[in-house]
Amino acid sequence: MPRLKSFAELEELRKSILSIRDPNKPCITLCSGSACYACGSEAVAASIENEIEKQGLSAEVDFRKTGCHGFCERGPIIVIHPEEICYLQVEPEDVPEIVSQTLKQKKVIERLLYTDPRTNEKIVRESEIPFYKNQTRLVFGSNGNIDPKSIDDYLAIGGYSALAKALSQMTREQVLEEVKKANLRGRGGGGFPAGKKWEECRNAPGEIKYVIVNADEGDPGAYKDRSLLEGNPHAVLEGLTIGAYAIGSHEGYIYVRQEYPLAVENVTIAIKQAQEYGLLGKNILGSGFDFTVKVHRGAGAFVSGESSALMTALEGKVGEPRPKYIHTAVKGVWDRPSDLNNVETWANVPLIINKGADWFTQFGTEGSKGTKIFSLVGKINNTGLVEVPMGITLRDIIYKVGGGIAGGKKFKAVQTGGPSGGCISEEQLDLKVDFDELTRAGSMMGSGGMIVMDEDTCMVDFARYFLNFLSDESCGKCVPCREGIRQMLKVLTNITIGNGKEGDIELLEELSEVTKDASLCALGKSAPNPVLSTIRYFRDEYEAHIKEKRCPAYSCKALISYFIDPHRCQACMICFRKCPADAIDGGKNKIHIINQDKCTKCGTCFEVCPSRFGAVKKISGEPVPCPVPEKERTIVRKSKDK
Amino acid sequence: MSEILLRIDGKEVKAREGMTILEAARSAGIFIPTLCYHEKLEPYGACRICIVEVEVRGWTRLVVSCVYPVEDNLVVRTRSEKVDRIRKTLLELMMAHAPDSSQLQELAQEYGADRDRFEKEASFCIHCGLCVRYCAEVKKLNAVGFVDRGTRKEISFIPQIASRECWNCKECFPLCPTSYLQAAFVLIESLAFPSPSSGPTSEK
Repeated sequence: MPRLKSFAELEELRKSILSIRDPNKPCITLCSGSACYACGSEAVAASIENEIEKQGLSAEVDFRKTGCHGFCERGPIIVIHPEEICYLQVEPEDVPEIVSQTLKQKKVIERLLYTDPRTNEKIVRESEIPFYKNQTRLVFGSNGNIDPKSIDDYLAIGGYSALAKALSQMTREQVLEEVKKANLRGRGGGGFPAGKKWEECRNAPGEIKYVIVNADEGDPGAYKDRSLLEGNPHAVLEGLTIGAYAIGSHEGYIYVRQEYPLAVENVTIAIKQAQEYGLLGKNILGSGFDFTVKVHRGAGAFVSGESSALMTALEGKVGEPRPKYIHTAVKGVWDRPSDLNNVETWANVPLIINKGADWFTQFGTEGSKGTKIFSLVGKINNTGLVEVPMGITLRDIIYKVGGGIAGGKKFKAVQTGGPSGGCISEEQLDLKVDFDELTRAGSMMGSGGMIVMDEDTCMVDFARYFLNFLSDESCGKCVPCREGIRQMLKVLTNITIGNGKEGDIELLEELSEVTKDASLCALGKSAPNPVLSTIRYFRDEYEAHIKEKRCPAYSCKALISYFIDPHRCQACMICFRKCPADAIDGGKNKIHIINQDKCTKCGTCFEVCPSRFGAVKKISGEPVPCPVPEKERTIVRKSKDK
Repeated sequence: MSEILLRIDGKEVKAREGMTILEAARSAGIFIPTLCYHEKLEPYGACRICIVEVEVRGWTRLVVSCVYPVEDNLVVRTRSEKVDRIRKTLLELMMAHAPDSSQLQELAQEYGADRDRFEKEASFCIHCGLCVRYCAEVKKLNAVGFVDRGTRKEISFIPQIASRECWNCKECFPLCPTSYLQAAFVLIESLAFPSPSSGPTSEK
């Protein structure tokens, strides 16, 4: 492929790609994002290729392995175009039938469709499934339609037209103004306006400037940057190139975690393709603008997502934040002006340039424009990646898109923003999700993690979990972060194992304040958020642990006991046999008793006790009732003929 | 270099552009406590004990004075209820590791810090990085470095370099704010029990 030398040549190429593509030709797309990959999409892909050939459809059907569709709960996902028939949880064994029935005879296979749990109705089209129907997939929508390894696929959906527009019709200032007008705020954490950052970097002294993609997403449960980079790497590259043009940078970096192999692979391929096509490199599309991009693989440190730590890591040093009070946009990598934006932020840029700031600002709230991608995970029915307009309520995300709480349990809290974020309780479910509202509620947008918790989650243990994560992931450089986290984790651990003391909550609050006020970087400054927000909304749970040695969620092992109710036990011997610790004493017609000294509180007996008996009870904060005396343990059953 | 006028604890202070608050304060005879600061070394900003309150364009912020550059009309308060409270807690946190350090004890007295507030974990090291940075920046030897991160982070001599360089130098020992002996111990331990990988780790 010869390099494209002009904007006209790009449009010519696009036309020629489209001319050989028939929109009505059946195309079977298979989600090949990391989640579906883990569910066996590779085997399904092999089966599809094999079966299409076997049934002689190679010429009539296209097969495309796409990026993440988002409905990860139900992967691997197949969508057959143009009808948009969506099959979920497809296994290789289903493929021959899909090919013979759906592709050949246009017959829909009912059992592979989505069933609406409320109405039991089968839904054929992907976009009609409530999970998708209630989203606004501006950025993430293309993922399911293109093969991320094919630049032609991206060009076919209008790819690089925003870059061409920026380079051919807009001055650098106009590009910058458009992004500023769109009020695009950083999707990686703090929500700093991207346009302002670009401007600061542009105006900073220095000939050499860098633009960087932050793909160091490391929050537990978050994977939206990963899926975007895996599924639509060209969109990120296009946005980055436009930003570089506006800022006056000629060198870009993609800082991506080593732990994201598919993202590394796909973005590396995308860079190579874009270079071959003349969309990166010298004199892009004949505009005179030069720009090259390199991939830098991060060695897996959460703190390296922080801008100055990321830049230190990019220089080849240990990823530790710098103590400087000067923006990295002015002095970043090798002390040169460096603009760092999140994957999702960059991916928004082509949309803004193509459709304009006025179009973009119609989505969202006063202070937060556009859409936001969330990794919706935890105790939710529809786990997956969701893109919703800013300002949607948490309730709508959790119930309309997410399908509510798994297993019919009761909602307790939702955690947003990863370890730096906080949790939000039920009373706040109608909160309109945007940067400012989440901050006001004591949490943050962060990089879009949304972990839903049900009534079985202990909020103290939850805070302990995140502090434990941070005690590993703090760089350990400054005292308040390293030592504050260490001591907070000790206090929290003590509370969850029943060693909480009067004054622990106040101590946590004091340590939180110092860590927040005195830490060097954003990791430390936000580290107390999980603690403070749980104290704010669930102080009663802390008090129950400390004062009554009771875990209201029956989750902290040290504070709960299992007990068999002698009036309900039918001596069925199921728990007796299943107990892995041999802690249950029982026998035929003999009421079972748990030996508390042997019990490891694994909960097996609780799970296996038939629900019609419901004899195994979890108790917390109260002594285990004395076992029934030996002579009363025999169950005398009524004989059947009476 | 243009002259900058700022106000520290109510006193007008003249400073040069590029100076930090700490340098400006010291030049005016105003004391700000430090632990990880050393005039021969790049500011590190890790111990946070030199934290001060500044007023910039009507906003009050907490910044560390060893790094924050002076600017015109800056108002600095080296002591305030908040600053003192932070310093007290920081000292208590560090004294869980080095309760007998005389430097820490002196400051603890000033700020009313209780050396026994937190359970002891006698690692002695408060991660000021003076030894590590002195060896790297002044001696250019890198014989001592940090290993691991987070709450497991610790200093360690690199046996291959240390065995060659350290015996005749030991210039970092007296820099240690917590324990000269500890520095010696870590050095000996590193040389006596070098770990096959990155050098020694000392699971104590």
